[in-house]
Amino acid sequence: MRAAGAAPLPFGVFLLAGLGLLLLAVGLNVGVGDLRIPLTTTFYAITNALGWTAEPLNRIHETVIWDYRLSRSLVAACCGAGLALSGAVMQSLLRNPLAEPYVLGISAGASTGAVAVVILGVGFGAGLGAASLSAGAFAGAFAAFAFVALLSDGTRSGADRTILAGVAASQLFNAVTAYIVTTSANAQQARDVMFWLLGSFGGVRWPDFMLVSAAVALGLAGCLLYARILDAFSFGDDAAAALGVNTGRARMVLFAITALMTATIVSMVGSIGFVGLVVPHAVRFAVGPLHGRLLPGCAVAGALFMVLADLASRVLVPQQILPVGVVTALVGVPVFSLILYRVQRAS
Amino acid sequence: MSFQADSLTWGIGRRTVLHGLTFSVVPGQMLGLLGPNGSGKTSLLRLLAGLKTPAGGRVLLDGADLRRLPRRDVARRVAFVEQHAGTTANLTVEDVVRLGRFPHRRPLAGWGPADAQAVEAALDRAGMTAKRRDGWHSLSGGEKQRAQIARALAQTPHELILDEPTNHLDIQHQIGLLRLIAGLGITSVLSLHDLNHAAMFCDRLLVLHHGHIVADGPPATVLTEALLRDVFSVQATVEQDPQTGRPHIRYLR
Repeated sequence: MRAAGAAPLPFGVFLLAGLGLLLLAVGLNVGVGDLRIPLTTTFYAITNALGWTAEPLNRIHETVIWDYRLSRSLVAACCGAGLALSGAVMQSLLRNPLAEPYVLGISAGASTGAVAVVILGVGFGAGLGAASLSAGAFAGAFAAFAFVALLSDGTRSGADRTILAGVAASQLFNAVTAYIVTTSANAQQARDVMFWLLGSFGGVRWPDFMLVSAAVALGLAGCLLYARILDAFSFGDDAAAALGVNTGRARMVLFAITALMTATIVSMVGSIGFVGLVVPHAVRFAVGPLHGRLLPGCAVAGALFMVLADLASRVLVPQQILPVGVVTALVGVPVFSLILYRVQRAS
Repeated sequence: MSFQADSLTWGIGRRTVLHGLTFSVVPGQMLGLLGPNGSGKTSLLRLLAGLKTPAGGRVLLDGADLRRLPRRDVARRVAFVEQHAGTTANLTVEDVVRLGRFPHRRPLAGWGPADAQAVEAALDRAGMTAKRRDGWHSLSGGEKQRAQIARALAQTPHELILDEPTNHLDIQHQIGLLRLIAGLGITSVLSLHDLNHAAMFCDRLLVLHHGHIVADGPPATVLTEALLRDVFSVQATVEQDPQTGRPHIRYLR
């Protein structure tokens, strides 16, 4: 944020290095667990499946890689990319360096929606399980957003008021979630639902990857189409309107995109905080504030951050898996405090 | 005609801020908008820029109703510099000026030679070429204002609207800025607080009081002792500057 002038890294270098590190991180992440798998095995398992090589491999290794770990790692990458993108877009639209889906209570709203579908059976019933879960999460995300927008009087108020509204939204929706769980859930459901509150990649498989990768790819494409418009918002709504932006429509489309990505992610892996906060600030530092670079940068760096967080959640405590939200919060809260400190000093 | 305001009315809630204003701006004119705090200057400028929709009446731009023109078309010819432009993003001066090309570029079009030329010319005119790589947060107040004016010039406007552009600037930068605007040769409408500066630089002055136009004309006929007393509530004598022939106000204690 402070670094003025030209970005310290050429954008192409940043993107390529990021993608390279991401591949490496996915490879490492696939290898770590109760069953350790060497990086070369992972590599050959993938190239074998693509028909490029025919290396004889341990069948168990191949099964673990394909059926469990690779899908999990790729879902983590997509979730990180989507959350980081959402954070970057919200920070620009609300002109608030602290905005991101978790801080603003959007993730909490999506959790409430998803939990309502699972436990109360709100929605379309068992036949459309995944779809109604996503729809519930989407409705919850939107409700939370509307709540924050109303309470903070849109974007006219300062940074602190939006954040306070987000705190209120988080509290409210988490309370509703807890209410639903304690009054309606049986013990098993209550345990299952816990993960929405802390985030977990346990149990995600290929169909989840298909859904989340489609949502994030669409979101990235949509945001990139709006990259220049987001630049035009740098000096606020009026400045954007004076440059010829249809601000109402841009705002609606962009919030819908971020709500869609956030809701899809939360309905799948729960609410994972602070990714949307940490990553965009770090990326701005490396590639500058213009969105044509910032957004793709956030997608790659967010994916990398989340895969590493997943890796850390599985190796930090031996024989145990931490909820990934715990890991992101351990990194995110200090960063949040730092930004808060800077914002206060600036104003 | 450049802008034409036709019985323009605007209000907040029940309070009417502007009461049926009618006036027109001649192309190439530098029009100074004067009036005490709360007289409706900012509201009028925002209506002219198309950032607000009039409650009654209309704004015409070259004879066309501003409300019926697409936003992007308006932005290609009318540039607006607001009073306190601020951003959390640490854009460079050049990034800021490049924003001015937004209305001229198709959504996925690249950066063309016309865009580059407009940005160079705008930086040069605003005297910001040497500062082009500086970050927004490292600029002084005067430099920020100049960067915004360069951004506005990069829009290659026919009309330039500025809301109190000299606010919070030291005297050197106030004069420098007004000289810059007066030398552009395009239509400009700007609100000012310093009446002597308005008299020195503007071709025409429009005085607002409680949302009504109370005087309209060249500085020499508008700035009278009676107006200063009735509208601005100050005792002053008005003399003619022997060199420029423009009025000069001397405030009394």
